[in-house]
Amino acid sequence: MKKLVEINNVVKAFGSFQALRGVSLDINEGEVVCIIGPSGSGKSTLLRCINHLETVDGGLIKVADNVIGYRLTGSVLHELPDREIAQQRAQIGMVFQQYNLFPHKTVTENIVEGPIIVRRKDPAESRAKAKELLQQVGLAEKADYYPGQLSGGQQQRVAIARALAMEPRLILFDEPTSALDPELVGEVLQVMRRLAASGMTMIVVTHEISFAREAADRVVFMDGGQIVEEGTADELISNPRNERTREFLSAVRA
Amino acid sequence: MNTISATKPTGAPISASPYVVAKHIPYARYVISAALIVALALIAHAFAVGQIQWLVVRQYLFDSAIMNGMINTIILTFFSMVAGIALGLASALMTDSQNPLMRSVSSGYRFFFRSIPILLQLLIWYNLALVFPRIVVPGIASFETTQVITPFVAALLAFGISQGAYTSEVIRSGLLSVGRGQVEAAKSIGMTRGATLRRIVLPQAMRVIVPPLGNETIGMLKYTSLASIIQYQDIVYSTQTIYYANGLVIEMLIVCAFWYLLVVATLSYFQSKIEKHYNKSNQTHSSRVENSVEKAG
Repeated sequence: MKKLVEINNVVKAFGSFQALRGVSLDINEGEVVCIIGPSGSGKSTLLRCINHLETVDGGLIKVADNVIGYRLTGSVLHELPDREIAQQRAQIGMVFQQYNLFPHKTVTENIVEGPIIVRRKDPAESRAKAKELLQQVGLAEKADYYPGQLSGGQQQRVAIARALAMEPRLILFDEPTSALDPELVGEVLQVMRRLAASGMTMIVVTHEISFAREAADRVVFMDGGQIVEEGTADELISNPRNERTREFLSAVRA
Repeated sequence: MNTISATKPTGAPISASPYVVAKHIPYARYVISAALIVALALIAHAFAVGQIQWLVVRQYLFDSAIMNGMINTIILTFFSMVAGIALGLASALMTDSQNPLMRSVSSGYRFFFRSIPILLQLLIWYNLALVFPRIVVPGIASFETTQVITPFVAALLAFGISQGAYTSEVIRSGLLSVGRGQVEAAKSIGMTRGATLRRIVLPQAMRVIVPPLGNETIGMLKYTSLASIIQYQDIVYSTQTIYYANGLVIEMLIVCAFWYLLVVATLSYFQSKIEKHYNKSNQTHSSRVENSVEKAG
């Protein structure tokens, strides 16, 4: 299998709070990795470093052999200009906890914004593609609605379609179901499961242990800005070796 | 039986309670309304029988000097607002810049031009020739300051620059009203900073920016009358020129007021149109229901 994401000893602090204390993780093409852990463990920060929404204080992140956000000369990282970072981000989809759809644009306009403005694709073609994507996430009939007219679960599915429209190499999910009413979680997870089965590379920060168990190739447990334990879903969830992992899992299940 | 009456309300009384709420009669509202009508009628009567030559008012309503004055007022208002919005946007973006010098320059600009009365600014720009007799662009051109700083240019500089200081705050509050998540979502699909600002942040900020900016445009229309003291030939200048000659002061002032009323009413109309435009996307679940009802009907 080919390595797609390389995270090498990444360090990040917010003021005096050490969010990431040297995290290293490799992710292969087509792999689905779930990151679990208590809040403040650094899992969202790690995810946000992968598309340079957060700068790093040290260490290196590569996606498809490109150093993200920086130019490496010797061992020194120089931040890339805005335009080049934007080009890197265009290859990395992201789905946010709060959906972050553009409220002033319809569902279709949300989806075609990236293809037309960033990729300079043909508008008619992009709209046809958006229609297909909406069908995939089961929202074909909502094409002309505004986000404010949709339920949370529907908005999150549109957000997934928006990420997919860029034909990304991988998609980052930052607690995609945490803001949803319980009865709406299932529809979003179902779309994600199908996406995982289709071979998309996914890194998912989540509290949904059952999703991690059935959809993840690998589960990573983070605590205190470090990776405490990682393994296949079965290993880590059913037979955690580390004491902190065990505590966390039993607290989540309770 | 119960389910039928629940789905098809017939208008029949739901219960036959012996307790009935008395109908409220708003006596106070009647009294105040009557008083208001009397007061308005007295004012109208006073003006009707007062020493105003209404025929003269009608005669001068579309006088060419008055019309030219109004056009000059509108031109000055328009360009002052354009300059004000451009400077305000620049100043707002500078305030949010990473560069501390840019932030200081921006806040210094706002402090300086909001502190000095607009009348004083008009006089300073108009008398710039006293400080700089010539304006020299090294190697390109050189002008007599008095030739360049016409009443229009002086007024435009004074109103545009001071308006920018106020608009800056309006635009900044608009930009701040757009959540960080919007910027992150735009970045995540590969948009540059410029595209994010143009396509995602500004259109949403407009909802917050347009109402106060509309008010400031209306304010500007009236403030420009101050430029008459530096000989800019706006509508107030034309009005005064005419009544200095014919002595019909109140009549001419009424003509002038009529035009301000008309233009402000027009501006208000377009303001509400623009506000509706920027609000259309902010639909909630309930307004969708209204829309679908409209479509069905």
